[in-house]
Amino acid sequence: MSAADLSPFNSPFAAGTAGPSVRAVKDPFHGDLLEVSMGPQHPSTHGVFRMVVTLDGEIIVKLKPVFGYLHRNHEKIAENTSYLGSMPYTDRLDYLCSMTTNWAYALAVEKLAGQAVPDRAQYLRIIMAELTRLVNHSCLVGFLFNDLGTSFTPLLYAFREREKILDLFESLTGSRMMCNYQRFGGCRVDPTPEWLAAASRLVDNFPRFLDEYETMLTGNEIMLARTQGVGVLDAAKAVNAGITGPCLRASGYNYDVRKVDGYGFYPRFDFRVPLGAHGDTYDRYMMRVLEMRESVKILQQAFRDLPAGPIMDPKSKLRGFRPKAGEAYGRTESPKGELGFFLVSDGSPNPYRYRVRPPTLINLTLLEDMCLGHTIADSVVILGSIDIVLGEVDR
Amino acid sequence: MLGSGIIKGLAVTAKNFVGSYHDPARMVTEQYPEERPKLPEAYRNFPFLVTENATDPMGTLRCVACQICEKECPPQCIYIEKSKDKKPDATGKPQLYPAVFAIDTSVCMSCQICVEVCPFDAIKMDQVFEVAATNRFTGLLLNREQLAKPNSYFHQIHPTDAHEVDTRLAAERKAAEEKAKAAAAAKAAAAAAKPATPAPATATPAAPKPAAQPPTPPTA
Amino acid sequence: MNSSGLSLLSAHLPVAAAADGLLERLPLTLRDTFVQWFPAPTQWLLHHLISIVGILAIFGLFFAFTTVAERKLLGRLQNRLGPNRAGVPKFSFLPFHLKHKLFGLTQPFADAVKALTKEDIVPAAADKLLHFLAPVLVVAFSLLTFAVLPFGRNLIPVELDAALLYFFAAGSATELTIFMAGWASRNKYSLLSAMRALAQVISYELPLLLSVIPVVLVAGTLSTQEIVVAQGFWTFGLLPHWFIFTPWGAAGFLLFLVAALAESNRSPFDLPEAESELIAGHLTEYSGFKYALFFMAEYFGLTALSGLGVTLFLGGWQAPCAFLQFIPSYLWFMGKLVGMIVFFIWVRGTLLRLRIDQLTRLSWQFLVPLALINLGNAAFWALTGAWSGPLQIVRWAVSAALIVVPFVLMGRSLTRGQAPRTYRYAT
Repeated sequence: MSAADLSPFNSPFAAGTAGPSVRAVKDPFHGDLLEVSMGPQHPSTHGVFRMVVTLDGEIIVKLKPVFGYLHRNHEKIAENTSYLGSMPYTDRLDYLCSMTTNWAYALAVEKLAGQAVPDRAQYLRIIMAELTRLVNHSCLVGFLFNDLGTSFTPLLYAFREREKILDLFESLTGSRMMCNYQRFGGCRVDPTPEWLAAASRLVDNFPRFLDEYETMLTGNEIMLARTQGVGVLDAAKAVNAGITGPCLRASGYNYDVRKVDGYGFYPRFDFRVPLGAHGDTYDRYMMRVLEMRESVKILQQAFRDLPAGPIMDPKSKLRGFRPKAGEAYGRTESPKGELGFFLVSDGSPNPYRYRVRPPTLINLTLLEDMCLGHTIADSVVILGSIDIVLGEVDR
Repeated sequence: MLGSGIIKGLAVTAKNFVGSYHDPARMVTEQYPEERPKLPEAYRNFPFLVTENATDPMGTLRCVACQICEKECPPQCIYIEKSKDKKPDATGKPQLYPAVFAIDTSVCMSCQICVEVCPFDAIKMDQVFEVAATNRFTGLLLNREQLAKPNSYFHQIHPTDAHEVDTRLAAERKAAEEKAKAAAAAKAAAAAAKPATPAPATATPAAPKPAAQPPTPPTA
Repeated sequence: MNSSGLSLLSAHLPVAAAADGLLERLPLTLRDTFVQWFPAPTQWLLHHLISIVGILAIFGLFFAFTTVAERKLLGRLQNRLGPNRAGVPKFSFLPFHLKHKLFGLTQPFADAVKALTKEDIVPAAADKLLHFLAPVLVVAFSLLTFAVLPFGRNLIPVELDAALLYFFAAGSATELTIFMAGWASRNKYSLLSAMRALAQVISYELPLLLSVIPVVLVAGTLSTQEIVVAQGFWTFGLLPHWFIFTPWGAAGFLLFLVAALAESNRSPFDLPEAESELIAGHLTEYSGFKYALFFMAEYFGLTALSGLGVTLFLGGWQAPCAFLQFIPSYLWFMGKLVGMIVFFIWVRGTLLRLRIDQLTRLSWQFLVPLALINLGNAAFWALTGAWSGPLQIVRWAVSAALIVVPFVLMGRSLTRGQAPRTYRYAT
């Protein structure tokens, strides 16, 4: 990748900054570099994340991501609690989308124990996962614009719609964000017909919000100037680094676990996977918007086809759950990327080894490559477009 | 043309400005202290202990101190000490009771797993969300007396769930009474006809064990 | 100049009585009656002191209510309610308590109390003197600009021949105080912000001035009062001859708006204070009342620039229609001022921030050339003032083309390669 590809920034300073290292300053008349520690308390680091940036004027010549401030020993705690006891902890991993995190964990445990899931529960899981995708992506596009410098307006519009979905979650599961909904072999609560009707109505109205949002911002000249060509990530590099989710697809690489693995009942649904071409911040933003539109389609199909029946496998039990010895890896397409749980069982009520593959941590690894040669203002935007949640990064 | 996107954006915000005055779908603010939020029935916050009647809360706790919730609680915020003696419960049957039952709500993460695993429907989720305290040791550590709330309160906050629990418990009690009656009758018969073949204990109708029933999820 | 301005005034006013109406003269009458109580040698001093106190009181209150209006308007734009809690405090000496919340309009006073009672923190490494001086000077400089704004037909604090020059001289000094604050705070974010403020003042002072020069060219004067008087005509008594209703004036007004946004550090040009990037920029190390002073200066600057825009392009204190002149001129001025500020708030609620290189590029590659073209356009307008009949239509068409064509072409080159994209899907 040439420096010109990396940086659309029409500045002589941008040339030659394509390598992940501090640019050697040989010019004796050149000023000193400035090292700024952005974070862990900073309005735009989306939690307690820290970027140590070395600046030449305003241009980033080196960026060191520092994380771990929110480390809560998630994996070790899970190895010391029962399988069921870890379920509420997975809510707190990616606290914006507990439903999908629950599902990924339930999927891994079901694989481990060889449990079946009833049809209705499979549909409910897809409904919850796609509603969560709407929640997460509307959050993301809101926060991204806050990083871009709006006075909260897009964020609050996005949150207004997100709140309506969270209300649904609350009336179903009892909690807005920490849903704790999935169980091994099914779901915890069966939605009433009224709930399904309200959710269906909300989903049908969601494209109107998206249209309004896009009218407001997608064509905005400042938005285009700030995001197009900023933070370019080429597909080869993204694949090598293990980037997944919308960030990878924005680079033009077709990889969606929903299609690749076909877990749950996703093969029964008709949906498309949007792909970007440039891999810049704008593409990453648009991937989210387009995925929301596809999620609406999935949801409409799910509400149409939702079968009646039990929501729990009758063989599953809450207490005294001891899967036979073995190992399993369950992965789902969480809104942020491929979220996987690797479990090793030794036959005891607790997992012997419990490991999370957090998409956002891995997506974060290429932050420096995306930011080099851009300004400090772009770094927060690029970070915003990666969509990190520190609960999941630091675990 | 340069500026058209900006003008579109201004139009959208203007639309939202006007909409905030007449469109409830846009203006979603609830003015909290004056306007109480309408909590959905499924809303959960911290657990409480169900008592059969409000007049004697400590005497009619459904909890028999089996300590299952204490074991299953993921953050281990429940502390129970079993009683040394037995006291009659609401049905008059002598049962163990919790001498100490404490929940540290500063640790509790409202996951509802204690409710799901409880075989006696003794612990349920409360809906009180104004739980601010000035001291996290005395204010947030709730003991047995603070946790005990009557069944009528449970009916008030989770009507569907409470109704279901009550019908199930009533059925169980009826079955248990019948079983006891049958056992007594069998005993009497056995005593009356001593030389005859002893009646096998299995002949009595088996009442459903409460623990064997999977906890029914509360419906939304 | 004063006398000639007044003579101009009396010569062109269709309703001469309006100039001497009771309401129109009310502020002057009040001042004069007050001044008369004092001995003659001190009267000139009192005369000016009253002007100063009047500006401080009116625009101080105006600032207070602008903050609450901004928060409420932004709230409504964002589908929120905005501040609506602050009401009347309970005074212990009163037997009753008025519990009405007054729609939160007393919020600024609560904020002021909060700012005053907050601890004033000065970083240990800061340049103490400059750190202290910066908020003081920023308010001082931003208040200076009010001296030459004609608030009404007879209301102008200082009648200067070179009022516009004075305005820009005083106004641009505020950016230097931002640099001062950023430098003195000894904070890396503040330093970056200071650099941005300097880049911004260098880039935007020029388009701001160039957007104003056409008005000077056409009106033939630098005096703000005379510029307003020059706009005091109506076609059929209904269509005002404000400069914004000419092609060069409309273009100049748009350029002025953009440059004024940048000068007053408002969104989308709030780079020195970029919250998402630099925490609070130059304000990072300020707390309590010093912070409030910066905040105040920002709004004073905004109000002054809006006032200038009103004066130069929107007819100042002139009524929009001849028959509406019975409403006092200062009310018209304030109304237009409020309109401008509401527009600025609306823009702030919608737009996102530019990057520093884009900010400077927008100025040098777009605004400055356009402003220069607009200057030529105004010259053409001034030269063709005698054209009439069908030639008048030609004059309008040529003038409009002179500004629209460069705008479209240069806008296209500015946004080259940037457009919404279409995406492919994998099924």
